[in-house]
Amino acid sequence: MLKFTDEHEWLKIEGDVATVGITAHAAEQLGDLVFVELPEAGTALDKGATAATVESVKAASDVYCPLDGEIVESNQAIVDDPALVNSDPQGAGWFFKLKLSDPSAVNALLDEAAYKELIA
Amino acid sequence: MNEHSPLKQTPLHALHVSHGARMVPFAGYDMPVQYPAGVMKEHLHTRSAAGLFDVSHMGQVILRPKSGRIEDAALALEKLVPVDVLGLAEGRQRYGLFTDGNGNILDDLMIANRGDHLFLVVNASCKEADFAHMQKHLGETCELTLLDDRALIALQGPRAECVLAELWADIATMRFMDVAEAALHDVPCIISRSGYTGEDGFEISIPAASAEDVTCRILEHPDVMPIGLGARDSLRLEAGLCLYGNDIDTTTTPVEAGLEWAMQKARRAGGSREGGFPGADVILRQFADGAGRRRVGLKPEGKAPVRGGAPLFADAEGKVPVGAVTSGGFGPSADHPVAMGYVDKAHTANGTQLFAEVRGKYLAVTVSALPFVTPTYKR
Repeated sequence: MLKFTDEHEWLKIEGDVATVGITAHAAEQLGDLVFVELPEAGTALDKGATAATVESVKAASDVYCPLDGEIVESNQAIVDDPALVNSDPQGAGWFFKLKLSDPSAVNALLDEAAYKELIA
Repeated sequence: MNEHSPLKQTPLHALHVSHGARMVPFAGYDMPVQYPAGVMKEHLHTRSAAGLFDVSHMGQVILRPKSGRIEDAALALEKLVPVDVLGLAEGRQRYGLFTDGNGNILDDLMIANRGDHLFLVVNASCKEADFAHMQKHLGETCELTLLDDRALIALQGPRAECVLAELWADIATMRFMDVAEAALHDVPCIISRSGYTGEDGFEISIPAASAEDVTCRILEHPDVMPIGLGARDSLRLEAGLCLYGNDIDTTTTPVEAGLEWAMQKARRAGGSREGGFPGADVILRQFADGAGRRRVGLKPEGKAPVRGGAPLFADAEGKVPVGAVTSGGFGPSADHPVAMGYVDKAHTANGTQLFAEVRGKYLAVTVSALPFVTPTYKR
């Protein structure tokens, strides 16, 4: 199941774990990324807390935790090569995997059609 | 400037939009921050071929001596800048600074001797204030005109000369900081061999009515790519050049900013026209004794960019503050983060390790010589 937030993140839900990244729209808006900082596995985060930081040539931006949960894995590949987020934002450019405190909370997120409408 | 007033457009606005630029408000103008290629490619293209910038938002001012003698305009302007304007030969340009009574910097500018008048280029955000300042102090001796009917473009990079040579063969005879008048596609332009990237390049003042036509034709050259404000900032930062409002402003003096080179001998202590500009007492004293702090280059040791505003410390725990970053980002040509800022004089030696506070962490940065890239000016 694929869900979206109005903060331009996508979540691929598998059981109680969500793989989280930023949308192609967000990646395009940010421009060429040169630095990514990710949360460590084991970090518990509330919805809305700063989970990651991305920096383009020009500016730094925060990536927020989309739901309450605990980080179970971060994608070292985008730390090593931030350009991966620009080239494949909704695939190899994923950010982290989040074990959801309340898996039913995903129902409140946007589906793909609603997200597309948001950025239209 | 009123944030709510409608944004102004340069004569090249439609051209930017047609090239797919992302437009942002900058100094009261709707300006291109980047084109579809993106900041990284635009930056690297400028250093490897040629980048075209619209800088029409900047103020172009003519200072014409009422007496008809250029020396009178030069001496009048010298009352406002710590620069040797009188010694500036016809067809030459130099960098200058407007200072205030405290020795701080009101704006930085380019000054060209155009034979019967001086031609100035000032920052967009300061142009009205600069013009009023000059009108007040120079109005008796000079006739001032803030040109609103000319565009200004910059063509920067190693291919800039070749591109323009196809339009005007004599361009190759110009040296760094020369200023000449020439027709490009039959349009009379004022061309200077200068810029804001650390590359060889040119700035071209074009009558507004012909600006889009001339610019389009230059953009048709396969070596030329349009460049937005994003890459303009990363290029000038790598080149160690100050951005007014970030690295220099009304809280910094020319000596603190490390801009002593912009004050020629004639205006320094013992010079033939020593002092005589606003804040001369402060600036000449700092010139002799040094200032308490100084602008330095900073190389972050990690991959994280360190941005303007980040506090600097002598220690990794953030206990001993020594200054702050004024500009910082990623340097695409340097291939690492680059920054500059002000630090207390005890910590200004190249190689000094300092720590910048970024998101609650203290990141190692090393005081480094500016620029981060070797300029390729044709001197």
